[in-house]
Amino acid sequence: MYFVQLFLGRRKAFLKFAILKNSLKRRTMSLRIIVLAKQVPDTRNVGKDAMNANGTINRAALPAIFNPEDLNALELALRLKDKHPGTTVTILTMGPGRAAEIIREGLYRGADAGYLLTDRAFAGADTLATSYAISMAIRKIGKFDLIVGGRQAIDGDTAQVGPQVAEKLGIPQVTYVEEVIKTEAGKIHLKRRIDGGTEEVLAPFPLLLTVNGSAAPCRPRNARLVQKYKYALGQQEKDALQKEGKSLPYPALLEARPYLNIIEWSVADVQADVVQCGLSGSPTKVKTIENIVFQAKESKTISGSDEEVEALMIELLSNHTIG
Amino acid sequence: MANYYTDHPELKFHLEHPTMEYICELKERGYKDKETYDYAPQDHKDAIDSYHQVLEITGDITANVIAVNAEKVDEEGPRCENGRVTYATGTQENLDAMIQAGLTGMTMPRRFGGLNFPITPYTMCAEIVAAADAGFGNIWSLQDCIETLYEFGNEEQHSRFIPRICKGETMSMDLTEPDAGSDLQSVMLRASYDEKENCWRLNGVKRFITNGDADLHLVLARSEEGTKDGRGLSMFIYDKNDGGVDVRRIEHKLGIHGSPTCELVYKNAKAELCGDRKLGLIKYVMALMNGARLGIAAQSVGLSQAAYNEALAYAKDRKQFGKSIIEFPAVYDMLSTMKAKLDASRALLYETARSVDIYKCLEDIARERTLTPEERKEQKAFAKLADSLTPLAKGINSEFANQNAYDCIQIHGGSGFMMDYACQRIYRDARITSIYEGTTQLQTVAAIRYVTNGSYVATLRGYEEKEIASAYAPLSERIKKFTDALEEAIECVKAHEDQAVLDFLARRLMEMSTYSIMSHLLLQDASRAPELFEKSLHVFVAFAEAEIEKHHKFIMDFKKETLAYYTC
Repeated sequence: MYFVQLFLGRRKAFLKFAILKNSLKRRTMSLRIIVLAKQVPDTRNVGKDAMNANGTINRAALPAIFNPEDLNALELALRLKDKHPGTTVTILTMGPGRAAEIIREGLYRGADAGYLLTDRAFAGADTLATSYAISMAIRKIGKFDLIVGGRQAIDGDTAQVGPQVAEKLGIPQVTYVEEVIKTEAGKIHLKRRIDGGTEEVLAPFPLLLTVNGSAAPCRPRNARLVQKYKYALGQQEKDALQKEGKSLPYPALLEARPYLNIIEWSVADVQADVVQCGLSGSPTKVKTIENIVFQAKESKTISGSDEEVEALMIELLSNHTIG
Repeated sequence: MANYYTDHPELKFHLEHPTMEYICELKERGYKDKETYDYAPQDHKDAIDSYHQVLEITGDITANVIAVNAEKVDEEGPRCENGRVTYATGTQENLDAMIQAGLTGMTMPRRFGGLNFPITPYTMCAEIVAAADAGFGNIWSLQDCIETLYEFGNEEQHSRFIPRICKGETMSMDLTEPDAGSDLQSVMLRASYDEKENCWRLNGVKRFITNGDADLHLVLARSEEGTKDGRGLSMFIYDKNDGGVDVRRIEHKLGIHGSPTCELVYKNAKAELCGDRKLGLIKYVMALMNGARLGIAAQSVGLSQAAYNEALAYAKDRKQFGKSIIEFPAVYDMLSTMKAKLDASRALLYETARSVDIYKCLEDIARERTLTPEERKEQKAFAKLADSLTPLAKGINSEFANQNAYDCIQIHGGSGFMMDYACQRIYRDARITSIYEGTTQLQTVAAIRYVTNGSYVATLRGYEEKEIASAYAPLSERIKKFTDALEEAIECVKAHEDQAVLDFLARRLMEMSTYSIMSHLLLQDASRAPELFEKSLHVFVAFAEAEIEKHHKFIMDFKKETLAYYTC
């Protein structure tokens, strides 16, 4: 086994990918895939009240959405499922009770199951504490062939959680993935985005991928699946409804159909060390937050041809500068 | 994020119409599917919620995929190579998204993989798809041909074909020929029985076939040698997998560029009979056409909405003489009339769709058990209501779509004449709606019998019994007078005792009937939701009043002898 390490200065991210000897040979190509997804405030539609006076995000002013690149990751997983019958796609998310929405969204599009990692002790986690918690949850899920997540979340923009999870699990990773070219005999052939182009890599299972925004957009919700899963609720959501004096929709249905009860895991459920979770497990300390005004540092000249203008529009949309 | 369903609360209003509870009950047969299918509704509330959620999916795809692709699709269009059609890139993306979302075979029973949706929410999906791209709307909504196969095909055909449509295969209805357009009795495509292979063979040419390279075709063909009229025609199912039909060319059209309009050559194509021989035109195509006409009525509403949205946005944005042009009476007159016509045509569309739902559900129940005498009576009444409202909805909604598209360009001024704004595409796309699936003139022919036999007047008098908000009593009185005027005009035309006079004045009578019905429906809608419809109610009643008075005067003053001046 040997590693190739690249450093891409502008993106401030280390990328690692591994070309390994075939470590896994399975008779069938059905895969066990875990999709890491995050509920984020929609920073693409920022209004003037998006930030609090103290520089933190005013979450109430921004709608909570499925992190865009995690949707690309979900699509990549679902395409593998389409191609390899018997493949399972499991969504794993961490967040407050309402983040169960992310699991429903995954189920609506074709995921098979989901887990919500939720506990007050997880709150305030930086990327280190987050990746620790997630890696513990993955250990609890058990066997897997592939973990996929978005390149980065639009609220933190660190692009660190995916790579850190891979390190903690001791598996190879391929970042900035755009497309699965094919899977064969324990290996996956991938196309990844790099500065100025793409490159193809071959990597062994099990591994972790982070998926770039330029990958295929996620499929829409499916009509049958929405009807099947629309009453799926997490425990905290059920508690919140009861607290508001509202009754559960079709309680008998929730009892008869276990898949409508979204599983929530606490620190204890995933046997995590509480000290390594949340704020206490986060070496990152925010000193101050300042409002900054963007200043042009680099420029790009385009001739104004339709193709170039379109390429620029796509770039600006995919990196969320506009849109 | 934009959503063509949630952005237009009028749709949800129609989805929650009080009659929908009864329709759900009928369609779901007392919600028995919930025991077998994990996606079947538990009760009426659950069913409506499911329709709502599925419409939300459609609205999302419509706004974020189909509308985004519309301009490119219009430019690129489909291609025909080696007898096969390739859709424009965007069209294929649209179709893939709709299939992935499971929005195919929507009205079919769950045992075939369908969603078991009533016609009403399905029609809502058709409306919003058409609002984004009317041409794509054709390809997608031709799935409703499967209704005809479901109604008249046998069980074995059901199990072979319906699941394929539910999985996303497309359909076409092959009726028109070079010499058989409005006059389908002249269809010549020959169907002959191949004793050796024990199947039917089709030979001949079809023209103007929308989505003519579809996976599954319903074909009208002459099975009875030596016959010349509609009684010699039967309906056939042609499966593209069997081969034998090639696309000779696709038409270069004014609008709906994304929708391939094909000339088809049948060369000994293997086909199978759908239903009984000789009933092809007189029974099955009539059913097929009624479904298609409702589809065009929906497409027209979608286009009307698109035209209104574009015009409204432009009028707010465009500044002249120091203010937005929407502030000028000449502009808001046009805009408010557009909105009134839109709301009125949508009200008629869903009134028609609901009546289709009731009679079709009862018809379907009749395949499982004998209907009670009351049910039979109801089935007949709603079938008649649906048959009478369909030509009005198709005819006038398509005319309104054209008028709205015209006014949309007018509001854009010179910019509207340039190819840079969506309004030019809407204008071109709208133009076909009053032509295909029977021109407005033919809708008038279909409607006139309900004018003369008193059906519309009876429907209108029935509406007068409905409870309405007391604030609208004066409007209600004005609307009642529309029916008086209509009755007087009908009597006057009948008194001529002349078929030519009746045919000549038919369009005016049809318009009077439609405007009266639309006024009543808006009155009912505004009574339930004044915040949505009050303005349109006032604007439409004033519009209808003037139109009805105009037609009334023309008819009352009409002298039989003057007909000679009109003949060329």
